[in-house]
Amino acid sequence: MNTSSIALPAWMEIGLIPVLNIIMALFFAGLIMLAIGVNPLQAVGIMINGAFGYDEAIGYTLYYTTNFIFTGLAVAVAFHASLFNIGGEGQAYIGGLGVGLVFLLLDKYLPAVLLIPIGIMAAGLFGAAWAFIPAWLQAHRGSHIVITTIMFNFIAASIMVYLLVNVLIKPGQMSPESRVFDESAWLPFMHEFLGWFGVVVTRTPLNLSLFFALFCCFGVWIYIWRTRWGYELRTAGHSEHAARYAGIKPKTVVISAMCVSGALAGFVAVNEIMGVHHRLLLNFTAGYGFTGIAVSLMGRNHPVGIIMASLLFGVLYQGGAELAFEIPKITREMVVAIQGLIILFSGALALMLRPWVVKVYLKFKSADTLAPA
Amino acid sequence: MAICHRDYDTGEVALTTSPKSTEATESINSTDTSAVAGSDAQYAIELRGITKRFGAVRANQDIDLRVRRGTIHGIVGENGAGKSTLMSILYGFYQADSGQIFINGKAVNIHNSRDAIAAGIGMVHQHFMLVDTFSVLENVMLGAEEHALLSHCAADARTELQRLADEFQLSVHVDSLIADLPVGEQQRTEILKALYRQAEILILDEPTGVLTPQEADQLFRVLTSLKERGVTIILITHKLREIMDITDTVSVLRLGEMVSHLNTVDTSMSELAELMVGRKLETRSFHRDEPLPTDTPAGIEVCELGVVDQTGKTRLKDLSFEVKRGEILGVAGVAGNGQSMLLEVLAGISAPSTGHVIVNGQISTAEKPIGPSQMRTLKVHHVPEDRLKLGLVKAFTAAESSVLGYQRSIQFNLRGLLQLDTIRKACRRLMERFDVRPGDPKLKSASFSGGNQQKLILARELEKLPEVLLVGQPTRGVDIGAIELIHEKIVEMRDSGCAVLLVSVELDEIMALADRIVVMYEGQIVAEVNGRDANKTQLGLMMANAHQNAAA
Repeated sequence: MNTSSIALPAWMEIGLIPVLNIIMALFFAGLIMLAIGVNPLQAVGIMINGAFGYDEAIGYTLYYTTNFIFTGLAVAVAFHASLFNIGGEGQAYIGGLGVGLVFLLLDKYLPAVLLIPIGIMAAGLFGAAWAFIPAWLQAHRGSHIVITTIMFNFIAASIMVYLLVNVLIKPGQMSPESRVFDESAWLPFMHEFLGWFGVVVTRTPLNLSLFFALFCCFGVWIYIWRTRWGYELRTAGHSEHAARYAGIKPKTVVISAMCVSGALAGFVAVNEIMGVHHRLLLNFTAGYGFTGIAVSLMGRNHPVGIIMASLLFGVLYQGGAELAFEIPKITREMVVAIQGLIILFSGALALMLRPWVVKVYLKFKSADTLAPA
Repeated sequence: MAICHRDYDTGEVALTTSPKSTEATESINSTDTSAVAGSDAQYAIELRGITKRFGAVRANQDIDLRVRRGTIHGIVGENGAGKSTLMSILYGFYQADSGQIFINGKAVNIHNSRDAIAAGIGMVHQHFMLVDTFSVLENVMLGAEEHALLSHCAADARTELQRLADEFQLSVHVDSLIADLPVGEQQRTEILKALYRQAEILILDEPTGVLTPQEADQLFRVLTSLKERGVTIILITHKLREIMDITDTVSVLRLGEMVSHLNTVDTSMSELAELMVGRKLETRSFHRDEPLPTDTPAGIEVCELGVVDQTGKTRLKDLSFEVKRGEILGVAGVAGNGQSMLLEVLAGISAPSTGHVIVNGQISTAEKPIGPSQMRTLKVHHVPEDRLKLGLVKAFTAAESSVLGYQRSIQFNLRGLLQLDTIRKACRRLMERFDVRPGDPKLKSASFSGGNQQKLILARELEKLPEVLLVGQPTRGVDIGAIELIHEKIVEMRDSGCAVLLVSVELDEIMALADRIVVMYEGQIVAEVNGRDANKTQLGLMMANAHQNAAA
């Protein structure tokens, strides 16, 4: 029986099914752990404790979460226009280049009040520009966006290596990194920020970009569901014919959606470059762009879902690192395998359990409706 | 005949076996008892107490049906009455919740189409299931290859096809590609496919929807010859004239229940229509009482319009006509002869390649085409042919779909934000005025029935008080009750001085509404007639572009 057309209540669709998926993933992860002789319950305990047990752990978890929110939102915006942006990684990387360039040029001359907004804008604009090229190619030349954005990740990586090795490197050192920016260009750390109010927490990479990420979530929600531009984007995403009927130009939507998406991915640099490293360096994107795809899938392309999925992945990253540290039998690769299982069950197999859920739901429902008769 | 004894007082039918019950719980019991009783082998198909629910919706409720071998049985009903569900159960796409199927007196379980084919059932779908880039022969073989080497199967299939073609007078060019064949011949391929799989029971779902009247006649001749050779045929249609012409017996479905089984000779079109809708219907003609004065201004003018598409194919060629204010111009033609492109160009969705369109003094040309938004500001409004593809977005709520095309209007926007409350209120108003049911703006567009979706779109466009109204297939897949309302609203627009261009493949609709009729064939206008004087045979010949030959 085809159950895809039967509607479930929202709480089942966005609450129950994702939770069941995660339970499935954890179950299989548990089997793997049993196979190598580790008690899965103990492992889960270490992981949860490693992610939430003490303030430093929470700081790290939220720091990872921030990155996932940006890249998850990036994928979601494109997805609503039915575009699959796999180029978040490259767009984030080039976003970092934008931040690096403006700060290396201006950090000596401008105050923090100006530098920080300029840095954020540069991250967004550079990220958007990097997404614009594949978008334009898709809209006007029919090059498939999945292919081009993947290729643009490699191009971005090559450009960054070239620039950092040959152009932007701080003279007189071996590692390919730029000089450290002036402190006026640093985004305050959370421990500093809380310190201003007298709250003392352990030093972690978590910085104020978390607030900016949450603000972006709100902004994306408004944009997609409350503005005519979002309306047009969704229309074009659902049906190009309906869009053309409504006087919407699908090409313009492709380009604008990809630019917004690229800008959001570029904001990863706000967290990483402005907030944590304070200098331009290689590989700071560390796969966040790709994980954003899973985050968005899991969060059903909705900002609230993305926040929750980002938090889950933050836990997996931070708790997973802790796990690898505590139990030598569990290697980093094993942690990646667990993450992979979660992505598999909540991304690729997201709807695997749905037919059964529908059947159970219908059974209860029909029992309800038949009861009075 | 054992089909029925009609009770004139209630309009209900008393059947010889399987007592009719309205409660689902009882129907389960009744099928249990009838299972013991066995069935009569003179019936090719017998259904007993078939019930199918989708969630809370009862698509089929306690359906009984018997079809004698070697007869043509018609099934009529409004859209959503459950015809397609019933046939899908018979063909194994769905499983019934309860009830039994007997084929030639034997109880069978049909779990998928493979079982159905094994039981001797063949189905010709409304939308053909053919591979366009394969030849007729390859399509017939597809899925029924009985040898590892294709060349071997092809040889077998060729001899078998030849035999079938001779026996049933079903001539097709076995080596032509499907894409190159006219629709009628594609349909014959579908029938051959079923016969090749040794079907003794043939189900045809709305088979004449895409055919010219002449092609339909040809199909009926084929069906008659199949019947004479003992094939049992079930014909699903909403065209009552076809039922009267060709069937032996007919069943009427309404709201998922069989309301009547009749011998075709004992009934009439008006009786069938009443049974389908459940109330009396008036037939009306909407023609103007007197002709328009000759100096009536044109609402829209088309001059030597031509369109060549991206592949270089000519879609429209040298069209010139005008639609006057206060008249309905009907565009007749077999689907796919450029009517869709004409609507698209007039609505601004596609640009003309040659010639021009004049609206309100503005000219749309190849160099400077007028887009859809600008057309709307020029008071040209468009109710598209394909409402699911163009007219609304299925995943949107009704409220969101009710502003499609007007999402930039200042009425719905304030400081960059869409005014959802205003939109919902406006949508509810539209729903009330056009009797859209259920009247809930928050419901998904896809969950409305075809008729209600169409009413919503019509409401959206008519509310803008168009000066030019473009309407494509306004009643396609719409139930009879809604058709009346839609026709009335269109005529109302005409009477208020709007220029209406009506594209429809339903000749009855065009003949009832249009003041003037043009006939399109392969992107050109091949004939023009006055709405009052039009008759079906003549229009049918024009649609096949054979009227000049016939006259000569």
